Amino acid sequence: MHAIEADTRPPDQAADVSLHIVAFCCHYCAYAAADLAGALRMQCPPTVRVVKLPCTGKVDVLLLLGALEHGADGVMVAGCLEGDCHYQRGNLHARQRVERVQKLLEQVGLEPERVRMFNMSSGMGQRWAEAVTEMDAQIGALGPSPLRPMASDGLESLTDDTDTTTHDGVDACVGACSSRATSSASPGRPGP
Amino acid sequence: MIIGEQKPLDEIKGLLGDGQKVLVVGCGTCVTVCFAGGEREADVLASLLRMSTKLDGASREVADVTVQRQCEWEYLDAIEERVAEADVVLSLGCGIGVQALAEHFDKAVVIPGLNTTFMGLPTEQGVWEERCAACGQCVLGVTGGICPIARCAKQLLNGPCGGSSDGKCEIDPELDCAWQLIYDKLSAQGRLDALLEITPPKDWTTSRDGGPRKIVRDDLKEPAPAQADS
Repeated sequence: MHAIEADTRPPDQAADVSLHIVAFCCHYCAYAAADLAGALRMQCPPTVRVVKLPCTGKVDVLLLLGALEHGADGVMVAGCLEGDCHYQRGNLHARQRVERVQKLLEQVGLEPERVRMFNMSSGMGQRWAEAVTEMDAQIGALGPSPLRPMASDGLESLTDDTDTTTHDGVDACVGACSSRATSSASPGRPGP
Repeated sequence: MIIGEQKPLDEIKGLLGDGQKVLVVGCGTCVTVCFAGGEREADVLASLLRMSTKLDGASREVADVTVQRQCEWEYLDAIEERVAEADVVLSLGCGIGVQALAEHFDKAVVIPGLNTTFMGLPTEQGVWEERCAACGQCVLGVTGGICPIARCAKQLLNGPCGGSSDGKCEIDPELDCAWQLIYDKLSAQGRLDALLEITPPKDWTTSRDGGPRKIVRDDLKEPAPAQADS
């Protein structure tokens, strides 16, 4: 089961999921925080697609630009608290790259606010819920990306490409973090 | 290595003109190492141009490819077909790479995506500094391996000027005085006597003052055809 797959419902069934926000989360903190939020059944916007990375240090400029170019309305990078990165400085590098992408987006003419960095520990499930809510509100205020209607691949191909990790019960918890999934008999997948 | 930095996106877009098919060509050598024009930078620039094109409501196609070394024609043969299909070739090589592309492909419209800046080295992660001015007559043997041509604002050959203060140059308080560095290095090595000899005025004809430079190595050229026995 894969939480990202759960978001690829036909458009006519997904009227409440008009925005596509990709969240690149590190395995050790942000992903675990999302897992905790799901376990605690905290309400989170269903617009956020989680992509698990070993560390946000894996995030590079091209990865963030790729998400936006393929039609994501917003991209969030969520790593460990600064100073607490499992790999020492991965989250600091990620912040630098997020800032670089924000400057590049200014040159392109796209709102730099569509990309944002967050930090949290694995125990901060509440912070995860707040972060995705903040991001959802921020992207909601900006509206859909002007690149989206012209993205020939659509978001499905993007999510397919990012399915590189093994998936277990953790994904079910992240899926459960969405309000849609919580009402589903099978967490992480849309209801029948 | 040769150090460069990317031009602003608006300038690049201006150079592209009305070209509908754009091929961004990266270089796998110097500009890869200085993160200005390698494969990753070509990917990023192509992505930015595609996004910008969409936002402008235009229909330009942008693709990218990277060759191992743009400054040698042999490496360019591999992209001949892709260059032929492009309206504009946007080179992320140094100025030499741009010219190599333009010389090798007569019909190609080649534009630069970088400003070639200097020859230097990374002094720390993310920082590059100039070290050589290619003057054609190296003086490093008598200056402790520190170049007064590249690193002294006045290119002095016989000690610092009056603008040297506390080891820094008057043009920038963050900039080391090259002659202070030379003195400190030779002093530490016990070779200060190397500075007693006055260096005569430099022959700048070996530098840019002599016009475009050229080196010919007869031992490396293609051998002339053998003469038939008479």
